[in-house]
This record gives sequence, structure tokens and C-alpha cells, in this order.
Amino acid sequence: MADTPNTPSAAPRRRMEVPQGLWIRCVGCGAMIYRRILEEELHVCPECDHHYRVDARTRIRQLNDPDTFEEFLPNLESTNPLEFTDRMPYPERLAETKRQSGEPEAIVVGKGFIKGRPVIMGVMNPAFIMGSMGSVVGEKVTAAGERAAADGLPFIMVTCSGGARMMEGMVSLVQMAKTSAAIKKLNDAGGLYVVVMTDPTTAGVAASFAFLGDITLAEPGALIGFAGPRVIANTIKATLPEGFQRAEFMLERGYIDRIVHRRDLRSELARIIDYCNQ
Amino acid sequence: MSNATGSRYLLEFEKPIAKMEQEIDRLSATQANSGRDSSELIAKIRSQLTEELTRTYANLTPWETVLVARHPQRPLLRDYIRLICRDFCELHGDKLFGDDRALICGFARIAGQRVMLVGHHKGRETREKIEANFGCAHPEGYRKALQKMRLAAKFGVPIVCLIDTPGAYPGVGAEERGIAAAIATNLMELSALPTPIIACVIGEGGSGGALGIGVADEVAVMQYAYYSVISPEGCAAILWKSAEHAARAANALRLTGRDLLKLKLIDTIIDEPLGGAHRDVAAAARNVETWIGTKLRDLKRHKTDALLARRYDRLRNLGSFFTETAAPAEPEPAAPSPAPRPSAKRGRQGAKAGRAAS
Ligand SMILES: [Zn+2]
Repeated sequence: MADTPNTPSAAPRRRMEVPQGLWIRCVGCGAMIYRRILEEELHVCPECDHHYRVDARTRIRQLNDPDTFEEFLPNLESTNPLEFTDRMPYPERLAETKRQSGEPEAIVVGKGFIKGRPVIMGVMNPAFIMGSMGSVVGEKVTAAGERAAADGLPFIMVTCSGGARMMEGMVSLVQMAKTSAAIKKLNDAGGLYVVVMTDPTTAGVAASFAFLGDITLAEPGALIGFAGPRVIANTIKATLPEGFQRAEFMLERGYIDRIVHRRDLRSELARIIDYCNQ
Repeated sequence: MSNATGSRYLLEFEKPIAKMEQEIDRLSATQANSGRDSSELIAKIRSQLTEELTRTYANLTPWETVLVARHPQRPLLRDYIRLICRDFCELHGDKLFGDDRALICGFARIAGQRVMLVGHHKGRETREKIEANFGCAHPEGYRKALQKMRLAAKFGVPIVCLIDTPGAYPGVGAEERGIAAAIATNLMELSALPTPIIACVIGEGGSGGALGIGVADEVAVMQYAYYSVISPEGCAAILWKSAEHAARAANALRLTGRDLLKLKLIDTIIDEPLGGAHRDVAAAARNVETWIGTKLRDLKRHKTDALLARRYDRLRNLGSFFTETAAPAEPEPAAPSPAPRPSAKRGRQGAKAGRAAS
């Protein structure tokens, strides 16, 4: 995976993995790709199928029928419960991240439509402190799950996260329990919950609402797991096997229902919704 | 002090204390051998010792608390089983893969009540430690715990979870067997398991591995235990690029019982004997036993529906955030002002915020 490139502050929106410039050298295969082509291909390399990370708004546009998405709770913002400071105070980090990403938090939730089917949808934002889960992510996932149960709509969750947000300490860890409880409620109400795991889905998010789907889809090549590969390599004092913790590996081990190419995601979701009669 | 000084492992800040203890031992021995009466002097040093212990332990830094929580002589799950469980009946295995020795389960009678005890065990001797992976459980451990907890719920037996783990095991096998899925499933199922659940961190409360048996109706942390989203060393390595800043990270993470109570993430701090649980294991166990007895009696008064509603509410209210102006369902004032927002309304922060489970 390429590192996140720097972005001129004037263009905050597309600060994902896709570098600036007219031509892009693919991090997957090294081919030169015309930027507009990459965008038309939903940020998937037409040569090697490398799935680039995309920000929440782009993903929402890709998945929903045009102009149907209606956001919930857009104004929730983190407090600073620990009064946390590392290289800068947490509120400053939040402000800076907001400015760079153009997003208020690491997730967007709302109601949308997939090929005419109404859904509640959550989409995580890799550019917002690694898509980490603090109080706001926990509350939005919970509220969206409750809304799906109340309205009898399928809940589609696109995960992309490095885990709990360290700067909120234990307040963030307990969001794992809170979101899992909300999924239980939805489950008990007979609601359909489909998770789409994208790169990366790890740690506290993997070990809570991400791995509780009725159906679990994953994008090709997505890193999926609990402990980070570096931590594991340190523990076992050996290099990890090729493809370890990737979507294909997780499918083989029995933890993923289907790996779905991004271009097929909309139709796959619609098909699943229809099969579950939601 | 029930332990003689002998071969006790010493933390840096315990050294002046150990010196006094050695002096008392020496004077007592001399007195016994020579018949010379040193009782006055011994009494004086004893009172100084108590003072020193009180002073030291009243002012432990968060990092020192972590060190006490990891103290090699700190009581472990098996000590609590020995001291507070009558008729412990261990139940092995997850019925799927294996029997994780890092997570021990079984029926027991505690404070006169039938319970299902579920707890991490780190192991004391080298062989036992290796067998238990130093208290780092694998997926089969979490699945075993859930299987036994479901069994308990089926027969109306309350559940007592004793947490003591640096974290879930970060290894290839754990990932292959779905450690994330196992923990997630526990969190989900525990949120609605129809029997009282209480959880106490007796030593280390390491992240998701701790929370995996920590969703409960009442949560306690022992006075010198800690509960954290990440180990102080891990946090330091990420934020300050060096594990040497662990003390700084421990401070920033607010991981002590006192901090967690202030954040309304736990319900109770269980007192430890003067100088920490490792100085008087029996007294520490008595305090845990009293807490278990009291909380289970309280929780048994709730009907199951009320208990589960209460549990969900506690989980639902965890968190701290601003909701900008109380204008729900009014999409108009979405103007994103990058300026500080003094008018921001405190969301569930404060009174309603974050009680517990976890
Ligand atoms: Zn490519």
C-alpha cells in the first residue's frame, strides 16, 4: 500500500491513496494509469485490479443511487475525555484531520438506496486518524443499527479502520461493546446486517461490529485481522506467510462469505438484500 | 504483612520498604538468639514501615500501578480459586478446537452462591506460564468462555469474570482461527445473555482481550490493577516511537481504577491491602469475595428483562461527544464552522454518560 500522499490544503476532498497528478503509477503493478480512467474504474487499477482506498463520500457515491443518500448525525464531534496530548493536544489533531480530510469524523452514516432498495448505510473514512473508532464512531454505528431495526431496513456497513482510537483510551475500547450490543438488537429484531470489509479492517473494529455480519463481504486484497502484522511478526520472530491476513486468506479460513470486486458491489448487495427478502 | 521478606521480587519504589522489612527481620532474629529486648525498636520501625507503605502506595504513578498489576507475586486466578471458591468444578474446552489454558472456566460456590467463574490465568511457574501463554488467550479461549457462559445462563447461574491479561495472543494461529470474530461474538452475546454478569480486573486489563469477557452488569477494577485500550509500551511505541516513554503513555491513557471511575467507565474500585495485593493475598481475596457476594445479591433482585434493559442502557450510554446545537431532524444548520464552538452542547457526556460495562 502506498503511503497517503500530501495534499494541497486547498483540495481537501480526495486525500486517499490515489496520488495527485494526471498520471498515476499503480502501487499494485507499476503501470501508468490515466487518473480519470482510475476514477471511472471506481479507483481500481484496470491493469491489476488493485483496489485503492477511497474516502467515505466517494464510496457513498459509488454504492448509492444518485443523490439519494441522506446523512444522519452529521454534527457529532469528539470531546477530549482523557485530555490527551501526544505531539499535539487531541482537539488540535481532530481539527487538523478535519481540515485535511474535509470530514467531521471517521464514519458517515445515513439512509441511501441501492438499485432502488432502501438501506441504512455506514461508511468508514480511512483518512480520519486511520478510520479509528472513538465515541463518535461508536455512537453513529449504534444509532444507525437502531435506526435499521426501527425502520426494518437492511444495514450495510463498509468497514475501513485500524481499530480503537488511542486518544480516547478506554472510552474508545468500550465502543466495541456498545456497537456489538446494537448489532445484537438489530439481529434480534430480524434485521439484515451486511458488512463489506475493505482495506484495512483490523483490531477493535474487526473485533466488534465488523465481524458480526449476517453476511460478510470483502474487497480483494483487503487486510483483515486482529493484531497488526508487525506485532505478530515480532511475537513469532519470523516473517509472515505471503498473503497472511488478506481477504483471500480469511476466505480460505472460513471467515468471509464472498470476495467481491468493487465494480460488482452494488449488484451483489442488491442480490443479497433480495435473497434475504428485506 | 503475611509474607516474610525472603525472596520477594522488588519493584524499584519498594526498595526502601524492603530495607525496613529486612531490618525488622534482623532485629527479631537477634532478639530471639541473644535474648536482648529490641521490641521497642522493632515496634518503632514497624510503624515507620506502615507509614512508608501508606505514603508510597497513596502516591503511585499510573506507570507504577501498571508495575504492581504485573508484579510476579501478585495473586493470580488460581489463587482466587483456592481462596474464595468452594468446590470449584473446572469445565474444559470450547467443543470446537481445544482447551485454552489462558482462560479458565468452571462452576464454583463463592460467598455462598453458585456461579460460573470465567477468568484469565497467567501461570506462576515457567511451565504453567508457557502452557497459559502468559495469560494471552486464543480464539478457543473466548469460545470456551462463551460456551460456558451460555451454559450458566441456561440454568440461571450468574457469571463472575476475573480479568487478568496483557491482551489476546497476537500470533498466526490466533488469526487463522478468527480471534477478531471470537471476541466480537462474545461482546455481542454477552450484551444480552440472560443472567447476571459481573467482571473485575484483578491485574492487567489488556484491551480487546480483556473486554472479550468484560461486558457486564457491574464492572470493578482492583486498586492497583489497570484497564487500557493498549499497553503503555504499545502506545509509547506508536506515539513517541519508543517503548521507553511507557510511563508517559501510562499517564496519558488514564488506565487506573481512579481515572476509570472518574470517566464513569467502571462502577467500583476494590481496595487492596496496604502495599498491594501481593503483600497479603488472603486479604485481597477477601475483598474480592465481598464484592462478588454483594453485587450478585443486588443484581439478583432484578427480573431478567429489567436486567437486560439495564445492561443495554449502560452500554448505550458509553461515550463522550458533542452534539452541535440540539436541533435534531433539522438538516438546515449544517454550516461547518471550522472555528471553535463554544456553543456546542455536551452530548451524553456528564450525567448520562458512560456508565460502564466493559
Ligand atoms: Zn495496477
